[in-house]
Amino acid sequence: MGQYLGRRALHGLVSLIGLLVLVFFLARLTGDPTNLFLPLDASLEARQEFAERHGFTDPLLTQFGRYVGDLARLDFGISIRQQRPAMDAALEAFPTTLKLAAVTMTLAIGLALVVGALAAYRPGGLFDRTANVISLAGASAPDFWVAIVGILLFAVTLRWLPTSGTGTWLHWIMPIAVLLIRPFGLLVQVVRGTMIGALSSAYVKTARAKGVKERAIIFVHALRNSTLPVITVAGDQAAAIVNGAVIVETIFGWPGIGKLMIDSIIQRDFAIVQATVLLTAVAIFSMNIVIDVAYAVLDPRIRHN
Amino acid sequence: MPAASEPAYKEPGERQVRRAILLLWGDRFAFVAALYLLIVIFFALFGPWLLGDMATALNLRLRNAPPGSIDLGWEFILGADALGRSILARLIVASRNTMGIAAAAVALAMLCGGTLGLIAGYAGKWPGTIIMRLADILMSFPSLLLALLVLFVFEPGVKNVMIVLAITRIPIYLRTTRAEVLEIRERMFVTAARAMGAGSIRIVVRHVIPIVAPTLITIAAIDFAFVMLAESALSFLGVGIQPPEFTWGAMVALGRNYLGSAWWLAFWPGLAIMSTTLALNLLSNWARTATDPTQRWRLEVTDKQNG
Repeated sequence: MGQYLGRRALHGLVSLIGLLVLVFFLARLTGDPTNLFLPLDASLEARQEFAERHGFTDPLLTQFGRYVGDLARLDFGISIRQQRPAMDAALEAFPTTLKLAAVTMTLAIGLALVVGALAAYRPGGLFDRTANVISLAGASAPDFWVAIVGILLFAVTLRWLPTSGTGTWLHWIMPIAVLLIRPFGLLVQVVRGTMIGALSSAYVKTARAKGVKERAIIFVHALRNSTLPVITVAGDQAAAIVNGAVIVETIFGWPGIGKLMIDSIIQRDFAIVQATVLLTAVAIFSMNIVIDVAYAVLDPRIRHN
Repeated sequence: MPAASEPAYKEPGERQVRRAILLLWGDRFAFVAALYLLIVIFFALFGPWLLGDMATALNLRLRNAPPGSIDLGWEFILGADALGRSILARLIVASRNTMGIAAAAVALAMLCGGTLGLIAGYAGKWPGTIIMRLADILMSFPSLLLALLVLFVFEPGVKNVMIVLAITRIPIYLRTTRAEVLEIRERMFVTAARAMGAGSIRIVVRHVIPIVAPTLITIAAIDFAFVMLAESALSFLGVGIQPPEFTWGAMVALGRNYLGSAWWLAFWPGLAIMSTTLALNLLSNWARTATDPTQRWRLEVTDKQNG
């Protein structure tokens, strides 16, 4: 098991490094930030001086070498837009997104397990058909559109919820609801699919024949065996929630890492782009290791190999 | 991964089609979804040719005309946008870009991913390892952010959006193909072919690809909806399709500015995106049940027996 985890961690580390290299060169290709930062009438000398001071005139490889050297000393660069260490800005925005993602995923997994299990209990029944169509609609809904319709309905028309910003718990409802929809829909589908398979298996028939209570059959025997695919999909969705966070944070004006990332891409604030990418990638990397551990703990086949 | 395997007995083509339609009738939701998709495909093919002028005709007197009445003409049943253009006509014309970009991106991803997967699975240890690590890099980061970065480097537009979307989807096809190839190359008929002197290329073309292809096509059908949503999100964020070209996602983005005064600008295109992805998902769900011998009976029971 230790060897298995070690190999997985090594693979993750290699992709992490590859990603950083990719983002460094991609960000440099987006164009020279000099023209964006200085006023239009700035003199040629002023532009030259600005570019030299921030090292934009050096060859790309020199810039890259400097970046790697700084990284090794845990120096993630200074944001030229905000005039402070880029990692500070990233770390400041990170908890907001993390909280949003954690609440959303907890709710999505919990709800999906209950709804999926109940739907699988009588495939083709009324509850199953309703749950199936609703969860498919959830998995199909474009999140930005759901957010817009939500604002239209609950903020503009009914005036129950604020349109954007943070502060009270009311501000949390719409972003979480919008983020929740897709993972919930996909997870219900997965839980339902694996549960239908599990409920018609031999060990469930055995349990029934022994007289085990139905509730115990659903939630102990069948559900426990369906956890592995659920963990896989939930892990994918937890990483993909960063995608949704970009959209949701932009629409609802949340100061999270998604909004910070988009803003800094638009403003060519390389240091922040790199810091946010690094932070997100490390978070996803750590989560994948937790998932691998969960796999090894839950699946005896992996544990004993 | 449900491999689309050959049926145990061959039926004449016509009977197979009839059987498929009967199975489709067994799931009313899937039946409606199939009809809807046929209409969307028809519009994607012929819409711009039929209604191209109507979708771009400005009429400033009809700016933000509300939906629900045909007094202004049937084309304004869904209202008009900020420049007085018919929303219905624009929805129909935009279906070509929306569906076309998704289809092209999926096809490109399938081709590249499939080819790389064949190489990774067949060409030995080192090329395989390198390809898989590259795929890991793509998989390890949220696809939308990667696409955002790339589209800020290269000019956004139909072609680049297509390529970027394809790149973010390649790992899926690559991994599936490689996994299948690794399994197939150990099978008896491959060993037999090699023993009879078949070269690598012949084995791949004659024995591996025919088995891998159906699986890839199944994945592509499911992936299509995802790619469509991704394109819409990019266009919504303003780095996707640029005017004068437009897609449903770009229409939602435009309508967002008029949310308080004219909700229909953003509402209809979003509904079009959602109903199309929903139809695709319903249909692929049906296909999964219909190709699974242990579940197929659910579609064969008629309503009367079902109660």
